[in-house]
Amino acid sequence: MTRASRRGFLEGAAAALLPLPAIAQGAAPKVVVVGGGFGGATMARFLKRASSKIDVTLVTDAATFTACPFSNHVIIGLREMAAQQFGYAQITAEGVTLAASAARGVDAAKRTVSLANGSTLAYDRLVMAPGIEIDWKGLKGYDEPASEIMPHAWKAGEQTLLLRRQLESMEDGGKVVMSSPATPVRCPTAIYERASLIAWYLRARKPKSKLIILDAKDTFSQQRNFQNAWKELYPDHLEWVSLSQGGGVSSVQVPTKTFVTDFDNFDADVANPIPPQKAAAIAQSTGLADRTGWCPVEPLSFESQLIPNIHVIGDAAMTGAMPKAAFAANAQAKVCAVAIAALLRGEKPAEPRLINTCYSLVAPDYGISFAEVFKPANGMLVDVEGAAGSSATNAPAEVRAREARYAEGWFKAITAETFG
Amino acid sequence: MTATRVSVATAVLLLMLQAAHGAEAPAGASSCTGCHAAQAGVGAMRALNGMAAADIADKMTAFKGGSTPATIMDRIAKGFSAEEIRALAAWYAAQKP
Repeated sequence: MTRASRRGFLEGAAAALLPLPAIAQGAAPKVVVVGGGFGGATMARFLKRASSKIDVTLVTDAATFTACPFSNHVIIGLREMAAQQFGYAQITAEGVTLAASAARGVDAAKRTVSLANGSTLAYDRLVMAPGIEIDWKGLKGYDEPASEIMPHAWKAGEQTLLLRRQLESMEDGGKVVMSSPATPVRCPTAIYERASLIAWYLRARKPKSKLIILDAKDTFSQQRNFQNAWKELYPDHLEWVSLSQGGGVSSVQVPTKTFVTDFDNFDADVANPIPPQKAAAIAQSTGLADRTGWCPVEPLSFESQLIPNIHVIGDAAMTGAMPKAAFAANAQAKVCAVAIAALLRGEKPAEPRLINTCYSLVAPDYGISFAEVFKPANGMLVDVEGAAGSSATNAPAEVRAREARYAEGWFKAITAETFG
Repeated sequence: MTATRVSVATAVLLLMLQAAHGAEAPAGASSCTGCHAAQAGVGAMRALNGMAAADIADKMTAFKGGSTPATIMDRIAKGFSAEEIRALAAWYAAQKP
């Protein structure tokens, strides 16, 4: 091989590896990220780490993010709200531009996002991580004013504190009623964690009281572990009514805090309906959601199946087997960041593996977990066979206590990685 | 000029191109830091950055085979092949602690 032909070969190799996309030849590529939760904040940060040349703007109208994981501890008074709140100072220090406003609309043809403050942001790639909104048409009788009387507390914040105050002021001997919707919803396992922790609170502070969960399902994740723990810890304080036992709630009546099922009416002293949910409004109005209310994405880069150059991660996305949870949103964001950096270089994203771990606290010192590993197949993410599973049903108390500590360790690690 | 020299040159070029946009982590690696914080001392799990590759690979393999008791890693390790475990171990060993 001659010198000239060697150079030609190397240039050829470089060209094959790095076909220059149009945007690589001009200004820095622009990525706009909508949503400042576990998905969006992780995304902005890891995009900048994947390539400092990418111009990254994070759009969020909240000065601080309020985290849902461990907000069930806030409800029962074991944790203060301040421990759930995180700012964006570290993310901006790493070179991300913060647009402190709400996204109002997306023009997918022009590739622009308009904000509530009147400005418009252009993008080469847009990442939507807007989370959920309550489907106010999903539960008859339940609307936004009703949620001031019967808090859902499924978005952490004022609703969480309202439910806490109601529990604190309830007389001993009162009845707490929760309702659980059909999936998919944000972190369905947290419904059963909440029921467990409220039962723990009632047993300790208001022992003549009781909690009832009315469920639109007959089965749920980690069911055996939860039910074994309930039998052991809360035989007099927690009752689960499955769909087939008549747990399906058809409507609620606000003044009396009543849950109406096909067979019975349940009057509550404290009512906590978990209503059906869908992808947040900005995802709906952009046209990213399909008839299910969620946003279908392809599994290598989380690019929307409906609109090109827009990626959807976190709770709003419909990925296949991955649940809607903080761990999943953070894991998706890191994969999506690397994929977008590759796409901006004109390369195909690599095939990813993603992990999700959901810890649930059945009592403050009693943790259980569910873990899964995912890979792309048939246009979605599916479980890697053999890897999905719950904590052992016969684990000793020492292991339950260790998993409770690991749950807190997970929260510290993931919030440090996302915001710290 | 031999074929070897060309392939070495190509490998160097590949490394340079990779370095230009940061070495890419193997499949699955980015999920680990959800629990195992990159920074030591954060959270309850050991940081993986800078751990010996053989140590990580041995532990993952033992978790996968069930020979080491675990709370959660026995399940997660089953999601990775021996080759994927070696790649994860090598990558984390090369990260700054």
